Amino acid sequence: MTACPLIQVRGLHYSYEDGTAALQGVDFRLDPGESVALLGPNGSGKTTFILHLNGLLAGKGAIEICGMKPDKANLPAIRRKVGVIFQDSDSQLFMPTVLEDVSFGPRNLGLEPKAAAGRALAALEAVGIAELRNRAPYHLSAGEKKRAAIAGVLAMEPEILVLDEPTTFLDPPAQRSLAALLSRLPQSKLVVTHTVAFAEAVCTRAVFFERGRIVAEGGVTEIAARFGWAFE
Amino acid sequence: MQRAVPRSLASLDSWSRGSSALHRFDPRAKLIALLALLVAVATANRSIPRFALAVLLFLVAGFLWARLPVAGALARAAVILPFVAVLAAVLWIGGQGERAWALAAKSYLSALAALLAMATTPLPRLLGGFEKLGAPRFLLEVAQFLYRYLFLLPEEAQRMRQAAAARSMRPGIREGFRAAAGALAVLFARSYARAGAIHHAMLARGFNGRFPEMQTAHFRKADAVFAVVASAVPWGLRLL
Repeated sequence: MTACPLIQVRGLHYSYEDGTAALQGVDFRLDPGESVALLGPNGSGKTTFILHLNGLLAGKGAIEICGMKPDKANLPAIRRKVGVIFQDSDSQLFMPTVLEDVSFGPRNLGLEPKAAAGRALAALEAVGIAELRNRAPYHLSAGEKKRAAIAGVLAMEPEILVLDEPTTFLDPPAQRSLAALLSRLPQSKLVVTHTVAFAEAVCTRAVFFERGRIVAEGGVTEIAARFGWAFE
Repeated sequence: MQRAVPRSLASLDSWSRGSSALHRFDPRAKLIALLALLVAVATANRSIPRFALAVLLFLVAGFLWARLPVAGALARAAVILPFVAVLAAVLWIGGQGERAWALAAKSYLSALAALLAMATTPLPRLLGGFEKLGAPRFLLEVAQFLYRYLFLLPEEAQRMRQAAAARSMRPGIREGFRAAAGALAVLFARSYARAGAIHHAMLARGFNGRFPEMQTAHFRKADAVFAVVASAVPWGLRLL
C-alpha cells in the first residue's frame, strides 16, 4: 500500500430524507493504479456511496480524495480529480452536439473555447468516436452515448474514473468493447456493476456491499463466487 | 425504438447547423434584424395585404438563401395560428374581418421570422447573442434547460405510452381521462427525477451555475452591414 491513497473513506453514514439509511458505516480505500469493482444487491448503497466521492452527496464520516476533504473550497479540485460516469448516459449528455457536450467540463475548468474543443476532440479520439463530434447526442446508439459520456469525463483529465453500472443498455459486443477501452485507460477506476465478467475484465479487486456496508473484499472472482454473484 | 423527439424540433435543430452565409452571421446581427422586422410588422396599419405579401417573399428569400426547405418552414410557422384563431374569430364575428386577417397575417409572419432566426442559429449561439445584447442571463439559462427538456419529456412520455400499450390499455373515455391524469402526474415526477440526475451530472463536471459559451463571437463589418440592410428592408417595404 502506498502512503497516500487516492480515496480514503472512514465510517461513512448517509440517510435519505425519508429516513432510509443508505450507508451505515462504510470504510474504503483506493490506492493509485487500482481498479475496484463495487458488487452487491440493488439498494445496498453502491450508487449512494459513489455520489459522495465528488461531493454530490454529503453524509457523516471522514472522506479524503487525494488528501482533500470534500468541503466547498475543495469541491472544484475534487470534481476535477474524480470523473463520474452515470448509469444513464441520457442524463449526462445535455448539450446540442457531442463535441459541445464533451467541451462542457473543460470550459467549466476555465479553458478557452478553442483549447476546450481541442481537449474534447482528443477525448473523443481516445474513446473512438471522433467522427460523431457534430452529431446530436440523442441520435447516438446506447454504446456511442456511453463512449460520449466517458469522453466528457476524460476531457477533464481526472485521476479517478467512477462508473455507475456502465454496461446498462449495452449489448455483449459493446460491453466487451467498453471493457477493452476501460482497460486501456490509465486512471484508477471504481466500477459499480452487476456483470461479473465485466468486473473481471476491468478490475483488480472487488468489494461487496450489503445493507449500506462493505461486508467483504478480495479478488473479483473470489468475491463473486463467495456471494453467488456469477450468473450460471 | 421509434424516435420520441418531435420531428419539428429535431429538424429545427439540424437546420440551425447549416453552413450558409446566413448561418454564419453573428447572432446579434440576426436578432437586431429580427427585432426591426417584428416592430415593422406589428405596427403596420395600412395596405396590409401587399405589405404582408412583400414580407413573406422577403422571408422566403431568407430561407432560400439559407438553403432550407421553404415548404417545411412555412408549415412549421403555422403552429402559431391556433393561438391567434380565437382572437381573430372574435374580431371576425364582431364585423372586423379586415383586422382579423391582419392579426393572423402579422402573427404568422412574426413566427416565420423568428423561425428563420432559430433555423439559422444553433440555440446556444442564439442565447449567447441575447446575452451580449443585455438579456438577463438567468432567463437565458432557463430557456436553454427548457430546450433540453423539450427533447426529454416526449421521450419519457413515449416510454410510458409504450408501457401502457404493452399492457393492452384500451380504456373508454372516462377511464382514459383518469389514466391520462395519472400518467401526467407520473410524467412530472419522472421528469423531475431526470432533471435532478442531469443536474448531478452537470455538477460532477464542474458546473458552477453559469453555462460556458462554446464559441467566441466577433461582430464583423459584414455582420453590421447585414444588420442594417436586413433591418431596413421591412421598413422600406412598408413604404410600397
